[in-house]
Amino acid sequence: MGVLLSVQSLVTQFSTSSGIVRAVDGVSWDVDEGETVALVGESGCGKSVTALSIMRLVAQPAGRIVSGHVVFKGRDLLTLSEEEMRRVRGREIGMIFQEPMTSLNPVLTVGRQLTEGLEIHLAMRQTDARARAVELLGMVGIPDPARRLTQYPHQFSGGMRQRIVIAMALACNPPLVLADEPTTALDVTIQAQILELMKALSRRLGVAMLIITHNLGVVARYADRVNVMYAGRIVERASARELYRNPRHPYTHGLLRSVPRLDEPRRARLQPIEGQPPDLTRLPTGCSFRPRCAFRVEYCATEEPPLREVPDATHVSACWEAERVGSSNGGPRNGPPSPPALGSTPAQPGRSSRHGE
Amino acid sequence: MSKVLATSEPPILEVKNLVKHFHVGGGLFGGKAGVVRAVDGVSFFIQRGETLGLVGESGCGKTTTGRCILQLERPTSGSVIFEGADLTTVSPDDLRRVRRRIQVIFQDPYSSLNPRMTVGQIIAEPMAVHRIVTDARARAARVRDLLERVGLLPRHADRYPHEMSGGQRQRVGVARALAMEPSLIICDEPVSALDVSIQAQIINLLEDLQADLGLTYLFIAHDLAVVRHISDRVAVMYLGKVVEIADRKALYDDPLHPYTQALLAAVPIPDPELEARREHAIVLGEVPSPLNPPSGCVFHPRCPIAIERCRVDIPELREVKPGHWAACHLA
Repeated sequence: MGVLLSVQSLVTQFSTSSGIVRAVDGVSWDVDEGETVALVGESGCGKSVTALSIMRLVAQPAGRIVSGHVVFKGRDLLTLSEEEMRRVRGREIGMIFQEPMTSLNPVLTVGRQLTEGLEIHLAMRQTDARARAVELLGMVGIPDPARRLTQYPHQFSGGMRQRIVIAMALACNPPLVLADEPTTALDVTIQAQILELMKALSRRLGVAMLIITHNLGVVARYADRVNVMYAGRIVERASARELYRNPRHPYTHGLLRSVPRLDEPRRARLQPIEGQPPDLTRLPTGCSFRPRCAFRVEYCATEEPPLREVPDATHVSACWEAERVGSSNGGPRNGPPSPPALGSTPAQPGRSSRHGE
Repeated sequence: MSKVLATSEPPILEVKNLVKHFHVGGGLFGGKAGVVRAVDGVSFFIQRGETLGLVGESGCGKTTTGRCILQLERPTSGSVIFEGADLTTVSPDDLRRVRRRIQVIFQDPYSSLNPRMTVGQIIAEPMAVHRIVTDARARAARVRDLLERVGLLPRHADRYPHEMSGGQRQRVGVARALAMEPSLIICDEPVSALDVSIQAQIINLLEDLQADLGLTYLFIAHDLAVVRHISDRVAVMYLGKVVEIADRKALYDDPLHPYTQALLAAVPIPDPELEARREHAIVLGEVPSPLNPPSGCVFHPRCPIAIERCRVDIPELREVKPGHWAACHLA
């Protein structure tokens, strides 16, 4: 299958009172036709800003796409006029955001919000658009769709609203949908319903998906390929199975080990990643993850590790010690080796260590 | 790491038939008058030194239950017996004295700390108000001790909350709770606003403090994996009622209530191979409105095994196996 979307060396920055924030700092990845790709990371890692950059929705003037390319079906979206870009949003790339209440207009009926895009993008007549809207609501599992078209967003539950947002994202049959934390605001039983719905629809309609999330469980249920982001960069990429079985970046390794899992015997103690996420205005030299890393060695402080193949192009990691990380994956959820002492903050394995700086 | 509990000792907290109804609508701005049955006859106890997990989806009444224990909401009926005293009937003076020994850690470390106070002032203020440490210098020393106890540094006392990360702020919230020398801490979603890599740090901290200080926790959360990790026993709430309560192991290995089973099946597991093999038995429908809860068993409209009787008879919470209670006719 061909490449549908290719993000190349994208850099997006924000100017703030405390300095330039390098929110997205030279990331490259792509999505094939019909594929589901995940962008995983914690708050502030740049995953949402990446999505906003693709749609050219970064808040200006504070935010700015500094360089890079976003090639979608052979065209660089960053070179399009605003008018051309409007035809891409919704028509060619659908969007699903975290909080369904804020992505729906509270003063328009659900029907109007669904038909508006169809009339503008596909030049449908009102009656045809209405018929299509009924079909869409039925497709996302809303009972009695014809009646509910006349209702307003507040008359729907959170889960139902997210179904409406999904219907809107799919309305124009786009080849790609961006979903930013689509189930984070939902309860666990509703989250399961929405995930199954998105999975079934993306398969049936052949839509490619970019799913942005911090939830490792959601990624495991959902994604074909995974990009892990940390401090504005991609630090690891692999197929979902390979990434979970054999993580090659200490951050991925640490994340997978820090979460308690229902399918495993309860552990006496959790293994957190020590330290705090970095301040993006003052990133350390060398590798940004170094201050928290259990595998760090001396040259991590000076040499920034590039993404490299471990062992081939299907699995890449931005870590000098990726081989050592890989060899610690032998047993199920083994602990990382003790890190070498760094300056005045020795690691205290077992006990909560300090979080001073 | 199972804790030995002296079962002959009276529980530190006993909640009996707790009911909290909120009246809505019908006022100046109209709307249909109604009663939200947020907590509808909840009973449980917590032994000293134990952690009871309280899980459920949004709107199930778990936070309101916590607020009723703290007497931040006055219960509609029922009793809250803490260290032998019924908080719903004690005099205001006694309540103030007793309530100091129940502290709370909130979900959002951003909104629960006063942005205009330094970390030192935030931790010291309750000690001054309650006259726990009256001397200012002794208070400052105690603040430094508490900061170290929660894994921060003494010099953090001079910082403001906005200068700290989310995990550090939650540590300040823990230190503030500890300042009152509580015996019971109600942890209301204490890690759900934190990044995944930070959650485990705070959970380990709470466990260390419990071991060192003999604390008792009511741990309210929606994350079933986190609750399993930290709890000795677990209660599951649905629409204002406790539907199942048992030892951690019994609840997770052998859930008896169909709602507990559905919740556990809905949690995605971070393992793609396992997820591909796993059957996703999805519970249909959504949580009904607590304004107008279903007849009989509140879960029956969504229950995969409901029978005619479930529509009519309200199932009592009964001891199906020793120490394992479930409110289901078919358990």
